[in-house]
Amino acid sequence: MSSKYDVLVIGGGNAALCAAIAARRGGASVLVLEGAPKFYRGGNTRHTRNMRCAHDAATEILTGPYTEEEFWEDLLRVTGGQTDEELARHMIRESKDILNWIVEQGVRWQPSLGGTLSLGRTNSFFLGGGRAMLNALYLTAERLGVDVEYDAEVTDLVIEDGMFLAARLKRPIKGETEIRATSLVAAAGGFEANIEWLKQYWGEAADNFLIRGTPYNRGSILKMLLDKGVQEVGDPTQCHAVAIDARAPKFDGGIITRHDSVVFGIVVNKHAQRFYDEGEDIWPKRYAIWGRLVAAQPDQIAYIIFDSTVVTSFMPTLFPPIAGQTIAELAGKLELDPAALEKTITEFNAAVRPGTFDHTILDDCVTEGITPPKTHWARRIETPPYLAYPVRPGITFTYLGTRVTKEARMLMADGKPSGNMFAAGEIMAGNVLGKGYAAGMGMTIGSVFGRIAGREAAKHARN
Amino acid sequence: MHGTSILDEADRLMTVCNSCRYCEGLCAVFPAMEMRRAFSDGDLNYLANLCHSCGACYVDCQFSPPHEFNVNVPKTLAVARAESYAAYAWPQALSGAFARNGLVISIVAALSMAAFILGFAALNDRGVLFGVHIGPGAFYRLMPHNAMAALFSAAFLYAILALVMSVRAFWRDIGTPIGGRADGGSIFQAIRDAGELRYLHGGGVGCYNEDDKPTDRRKLFHHLTFYGFLLCFAATSVATLYHYLLGREAPYPWWDMPVVLGTFGGIGLIVGPIGLFVAKSRRAPELLDESRYGMDVGFIAMLFLTGLTGVLLLILRETAAMGPLLALHLGAVFALFITMPYGKFVHGIYRFAALVRYVQERRSEAGS
Repeated sequence: MSSKYDVLVIGGGNAALCAAIAARRGGASVLVLEGAPKFYRGGNTRHTRNMRCAHDAATEILTGPYTEEEFWEDLLRVTGGQTDEELARHMIRESKDILNWIVEQGVRWQPSLGGTLSLGRTNSFFLGGGRAMLNALYLTAERLGVDVEYDAEVTDLVIEDGMFLAARLKRPIKGETEIRATSLVAAAGGFEANIEWLKQYWGEAADNFLIRGTPYNRGSILKMLLDKGVQEVGDPTQCHAVAIDARAPKFDGGIITRHDSVVFGIVVNKHAQRFYDEGEDIWPKRYAIWGRLVAAQPDQIAYIIFDSTVVTSFMPTLFPPIAGQTIAELAGKLELDPAALEKTITEFNAAVRPGTFDHTILDDCVTEGITPPKTHWARRIETPPYLAYPVRPGITFTYLGTRVTKEARMLMADGKPSGNMFAAGEIMAGNVLGKGYAAGMGMTIGSVFGRIAGREAAKHARN
Repeated sequence: MHGTSILDEADRLMTVCNSCRYCEGLCAVFPAMEMRRAFSDGDLNYLANLCHSCGACYVDCQFSPPHEFNVNVPKTLAVARAESYAAYAWPQALSGAFARNGLVISIVAALSMAAFILGFAALNDRGVLFGVHIGPGAFYRLMPHNAMAALFSAAFLYAILALVMSVRAFWRDIGTPIGGRADGGSIFQAIRDAGELRYLHGGGVGCYNEDDKPTDRRKLFHHLTFYGFLLCFAATSVATLYHYLLGREAPYPWWDMPVVLGTFGGIGLIVGPIGLFVAKSRRAPELLDESRYGMDVGFIAMLFLTGLTGVLLLILRETAAMGPLLALHLGAVFALFITMPYGKFVHGIYRFAALVRYVQERRSEAGS
């Protein structure tokens, strides 16, 4: 191993690899330090499946144009205005070119997957999913001569006056426990897998959270940077959370633990009480509020309850529904109070008004006289077997990050840009996403800012 | 629950995959899976035989081992596929041949070649067996044409019968209604899909073998093997027509159609199986049904022996080695014929039926 690299990339996901490839193509020598073992390389990119990029015309895999302006409006809507407009518009503009650039790096697209038709115009899907995308990027990086080390945990960063000098390693790599480099790209993700850190904001409830992605996103690099004077951005208490199956593993259950059945039934807490309007809006627009809703319930658990008439209305699930021939039998299996659940469902059924069911639009099937109401898709739950999925909050990613410029250069707490430190991906996503989310945006942030960070880091190193 | 533990595992995996669907664009297996929410034994055997074992879904899967979901579709379907060969074998009494297939194929091949050598030696003078025979009818001085034709026709017809009965059972089990026919359009499309090995390509980059770098080597060697086999079959067919229609007896000159077809076919049957064997030996163990190594190698070896003895016979047919080589070649071909329904050969038949079924499903879904 040479004593000093031009560019050191910490992290191993989409943003890190885009940075490494761009830096290498810019003529720099590049080392990638991935903290995870090889199989788990790539952080949450392993679990992704698409990227949202602006485009002016339909392509082979996208059904129609998605202009910069429309992308911007979507971003404005989901974040409620909590975004950096200049940075966001820059990202959206750059995303157009990423559609082709990423293909040049070996990634292949495919039309939207079964069950995701609503994304067919806006989002490009990776053929084979996120791990296939990663594999392609790693092959390209290695072919270009980027050095990659796995199980390479960084324990400290040496930073002086906003200048990165070296990274210290837990395990020596070819005899060295300190890696020096002219530029640093930090692309090491958020802190969603660090339960202790989550507890600072969520208290003991965080013990009942499930982490949908990699167990390696513990936020150690983020914390080092913030502790050493990099300006923070984003609400530390914010995270993207959806309701996932309570039977999922603590970490890394991925997309297959999700549930899309909320709009087809009701959701009750451990006291068998409903707590939110299950029919508030079209599911793809609302799925991401349910993690937070369940997190606010006692013991952070809830149950989606429906009947046998709707089982084929949503995607097949990894874990089968829990079934009972009567409400009481189902309640027994869920360890809920049978009388309470019977009462909730009886009252709900009595409140359902007649209507014409259509889950693709905001239909006229509503309840009357109960709180909370179900304002669309309300139908009686009356055909046994009665079925249920237990759900818990599933944390996808966090919003706290390092503030950056349009060049992906980190800003220090005093407002000055760092001389040689750049950030890309989830670690700086909070610059663009103050809150909220729209499918595929995390990968856009990763690829666009990864490419920019790599290019700028190489430029700095080669000057 | 299914009849076997491998089908239970295949069911578990298809449930995982059906709630993920990232691999939808890689091959035919996943779109076929998405047309179902539950999986019968027949469904799983259909999916198992639809799988070309390109390995892409393993390399691309975020849940493959060491992940606790332990998703290994290529290996699981490989085992299920091999077990399906035994399950549909006709007559069922012979399904045990699949259990220790490498041994069975070796013994049959050895006995067959020995029988021809002993037969030639017993029925011919030493001078005839080791003599130099040239000109039309040279081969038939060692074995009369009618005896050769009768023996091989019987073996071939038996193989066809057993294969038809086996694939009929498979076809019924994979969900086509009894009496349900394959239409011409679907068969034509399936011939194209099989002919170009459309699904042995990892979704476009090639298939995965020894590492995570995709290549098209297995596809190339399979093409050499398969088209080599077809050319040899064509050579035999043309020669049969020459014999009965034109009254021209083998051996034929080197430029004549049966010899040209047979030469190219024979080269394919030597180079292709060697390439497939090397690829198989290097294949990552996690992608392999290692317990079926004998079956796979047994079939590869039979094709190789057929090609090798055939080409040697062509080269040395005007020397004293012709007699023994003819015996070896006929022994190899005879063994190949009679073991066809009870060895790896059937993979092509079931996979083709599965491809026909897949085209039908796609079309009926598009039409509905």
